[in-house]
Amino acid sequence: MSKSTKQQIEDITSSEYQYGFTTKIKEERIPNGLNEEIIKTISAIKNEPDWLLEWRLKAYNRWLKMSEPNWSNLKYPKIDFQDLCYYSAPKQKKKLNSLDEVDPELIKTYNKLGIPLNEQKMLSGVAVDAVFDSVSVATTFKETLKKAGVIFCSFSEAVQNHPDLIKKYLGTVVPISDNYYAALNSAVFSDGSFVYIPKGTKCPMELSTYFRINAANTGQFERTLIIADEGAYVSYLEGCTAPMRDENQLHAAVVELVTLDNAEIKYSTVQNWYPGDKDGKGGIYNFVTKRGLCKGYKSKISWTQIETGSALTWKYPSCVLKGDNSIGEFYSVALSNNFQQADTGTKMIHIGNNTKSTIISKGISAGNGQQTYRGEVKVMKNAINARNRSECDSILIGSKSGAHTFPYLDIRNASAKIEHEATTSKIGEEQLFYCNQRGIDTEDAIALIINGFCKSVFKKLPMEFAVEAQKLMEVSLEGSVG
Amino acid sequence: MLKIKNLTAGIDDKNILNNINLNINSGEFHVIMGTNGTGKSTLGHILAGKDNYNVHSGDIIYKDKSILDLSPDERAHEGIFMSFQYPVSIPGVNTMHFLRTAVNSIRKSKNLDEIEPGDFIKLFKEKLELIGLKSEFSKRSVNDGFSGGEKKRFEIIQMLLLNPDLIILDETDSGLDIDAIRIVSNGINAFRNKNKSFILITHYNRILNYLKPDFVHVMLNGTIVKSGGKELAVELEEKGYEWIK
Repeated sequence: MSKSTKQQIEDITSSEYQYGFTTKIKEERIPNGLNEEIIKTISAIKNEPDWLLEWRLKAYNRWLKMSEPNWSNLKYPKIDFQDLCYYSAPKQKKKLNSLDEVDPELIKTYNKLGIPLNEQKMLSGVAVDAVFDSVSVATTFKETLKKAGVIFCSFSEAVQNHPDLIKKYLGTVVPISDNYYAALNSAVFSDGSFVYIPKGTKCPMELSTYFRINAANTGQFERTLIIADEGAYVSYLEGCTAPMRDENQLHAAVVELVTLDNAEIKYSTVQNWYPGDKDGKGGIYNFVTKRGLCKGYKSKISWTQIETGSALTWKYPSCVLKGDNSIGEFYSVALSNNFQQADTGTKMIHIGNNTKSTIISKGISAGNGQQTYRGEVKVMKNAINARNRSECDSILIGSKSGAHTFPYLDIRNASAKIEHEATTSKIGEEQLFYCNQRGIDTEDAIALIINGFCKSVFKKLPMEFAVEAQKLMEVSLEGSVG
Repeated sequence: MLKIKNLTAGIDDKNILNNINLNINSGEFHVIMGTNGTGKSTLGHILAGKDNYNVHSGDIIYKDKSILDLSPDERAHEGIFMSFQYPVSIPGVNTMHFLRTAVNSIRKSKNLDEIEPGDFIKLFKEKLELIGLKSEFSKRSVNDGFSGGEKKRFEIIQMLLLNPDLIILDETDSGLDIDAIRIVSNGINAFRNKNKSFILITHYNRILNYLKPDFVHVMLNGTIVKSGGKELAVELEEKGYEWIK
């Protein structure tokens, strides 16, 4: 009879990574290892004020006393933190004023990634702050944003130019001692993005940052801080890719969001870090702490993530709903193919009255991929009328993949209304046969079924990125597409 | 059109079908009747190419070629269509998008250009109306939350749009009320012509009041035990399956 569907699924789901190229560029890097001297060096390179160096050292000393979390469903060899390089930057002669001065090799890399860095892309309304390894090399559309009063720059620049805002908000959402990786990031973070939207301002364009890890054995520790002042709105997109390397690379980022009264931040991520090869060799270890604080009345934070990359993903974008009537949302699609492992989910912490949260999580496991949803909904004692709706669906492709769901509910106020739904299904042989019977081949059928499965999350992405996400899913699942 | 020769097949080593022989010419309408578990649906699935069944011996000749080595989608490209007894739901996949993908896959296999989206929408709405479904149907997901009757109607709409040559109707009448049976039958009758062949799998005589079959076969224990004209169905209805045994 025909080639079995099972075999076809295996062929299709063991496709190659499409973004695996490295850029030959001179780096400025410091010796491997982690100690106070290294931290002082990083801080000195970045010409930081004393208070920030002290903050880093405090974080480092806390980190030394902490131990690596082992509660996740991830399996990986022990990471030697002394064998990593904590700072690597493309070597530049002088400060850059425009894109023309950027190393053409870098521009080529970005073009290969399809990052809309050049000015023509202004038409599409995307402003890009590109982070190459540790230093932000080019920032576009600063002028337009400046007119609106929006600050969008690299974290290091913000430290120099807006120290008051940094000092006021840094570490207020994710404290240095929050967790092992957040503490590590606080000690050694090298760069990242900073956004401030002033009172009553709707950011005139989508803001976007692309991260890319290039240097071998470099941990990338970026730090992002976004503040939406009263009545402000911003939509922010973060995209990530990394070159193909045999060794595993570490990525431990921290993202902090703050919304004041009536403000809204929509934060979308398309994460496509190198997932490792078909046999599970190489790939990014992605340990990320993302948290938003709905500080003000009726403020809103919405996380949307499409996670198709990384060998390991440990990530729980969360919302602390402190302001009364504030809203937190989490929409996620996570795909684990080959030997990828993802332990991801969210935390919604209801503190204010009449707070509302929505969680929609879609997990897809193919090949030997392992997928864990871990989510917590916490309603504090004094939070009256909290509402939560959670929907966690998993789909399995093939017989060797796995899906796990760990919902935690901690409800301390009786007025709370919590709904939770979870489903796990195998990508039906029946569904595939049905599509096949209508003339649709297995490869197209899988793409069709998976896109249907993810539709409710894709709808939450900004239009142009929804199309990109859909394509990325197809590329991640299929050998011949893309 | 179709020649089933000494077909013995089943799951793994177990036989469900035993030495089936059946000839179907272009334009003919055949009915296969039989009690539950006699292998009627299995025969339909094997013709459509479902891969968890194994053919142990015999052959299936369709349009003068053996189709045993063809995958289900290749068979669909060749014009074989099955209306499912239990159509599976595909949440999030829009009915119209699904059908356009299917139509274009079949067109591609024939080296034809994709159908213009505008033309397709028109065609789709036309068929919806013919089968008595509202145009809002085009916004729903494939079989998701459909009533039993809607599922069967949607199967017939797909048949009309994909324009196959050999149509297997697996219990298309089950779950339909009298009005729906009439509408669905009208759709099927309008599609009948001298180039199309049908195999209807059913338990009941009811739908045969609308679809006039040329031949009726009775299956028992995985094999065809009796064949005849449409009067055989009437006789079965009167005497029951015990009469055959």
